[in-house]
Amino acid sequence: MKSLFTTLVLICSTLAVSAADPAAVGQPLPKLGQLLPGATLPNTARKVVLVDFWASWCAPCKASFPCFNRLQEKYAAKGLVIIGIGVDDEAAKYQAFSGKMGAKFPLVHDATHQAAKFFNPPSMPTSYLVDRKGVIRHVHTGFHGEKTEADYTREIEALLSEGS
Amino acid sequence: MSDPTLKSHHHTMKRLALILSGAIGIGGFTACSNQQLVRVKPYERGNLAKPIMADNMDPILKSMTEHAYFSREASFGGGGVGGGGCGCN
Repeated sequence: MKSLFTTLVLICSTLAVSAADPAAVGQPLPKLGQLLPGATLPNTARKVVLVDFWASWCAPCKASFPCFNRLQEKYAAKGLVIIGIGVDDEAAKYQAFSGKMGAKFPLVHDATHQAAKFFNPPSMPTSYLVDRKGVIRHVHTGFHGEKTEADYTREIEALLSEGS
Repeated sequence: MSDPTLKSHHHTMKRLALILSGAIGIGGFTACSNQQLVRVKPYERGNLAKPIMADNMDPILKSMTEHAYFSREASFGGGGVGGGGCGCN
């Protein structure tokens, strides 16, 4: 009876933990084309990829756009690809925000939250920095201005210098 | 209580109660796991982030109410409650 109870408790706790596992460092980047059907995505093969989850209602996300534009201008030619995934429920709000922000990198709408469910970002915004081999190397939760930009710069430069 | 039949019945009842409490415990544990609860994920907080969900919709009214508490009730603070918001950063 005791062993049965222990087994059941273990099964329940394992299920509870595995259901909420967010994408983490060391995991391979999933095929974004499958998570975002119909979206036009840039080629990410042998590139350093920055996947950012944002929403129009999220103030730090708005603050992060100029930073991503600067990173795009500085590192795109060296092999950086930035993909901004909007998770707004309403397509109109996604469109309006995208138009207003003047992003110099591709934006896609995760209308069904399929990508968000897979990555399970613990906060908004959350970004994933992926190396040339397609492995998630850094996860950033939130956007804290210059500090976050300095972290991105340091990490991107390190990843770009790594071979594919 | 010295009757063996009564003693055996008492044992059976005790065992049944133990099994029942165990079953209820397991049920409760399962109900509390992530499988059962509806959790609003960070990327689903669009509605919570709307201005109408803020606990401080009218800053002037709020400051006046707080002033009234401060001066009339001889107490202040402890008024913060979990309100809306996107919970960003």
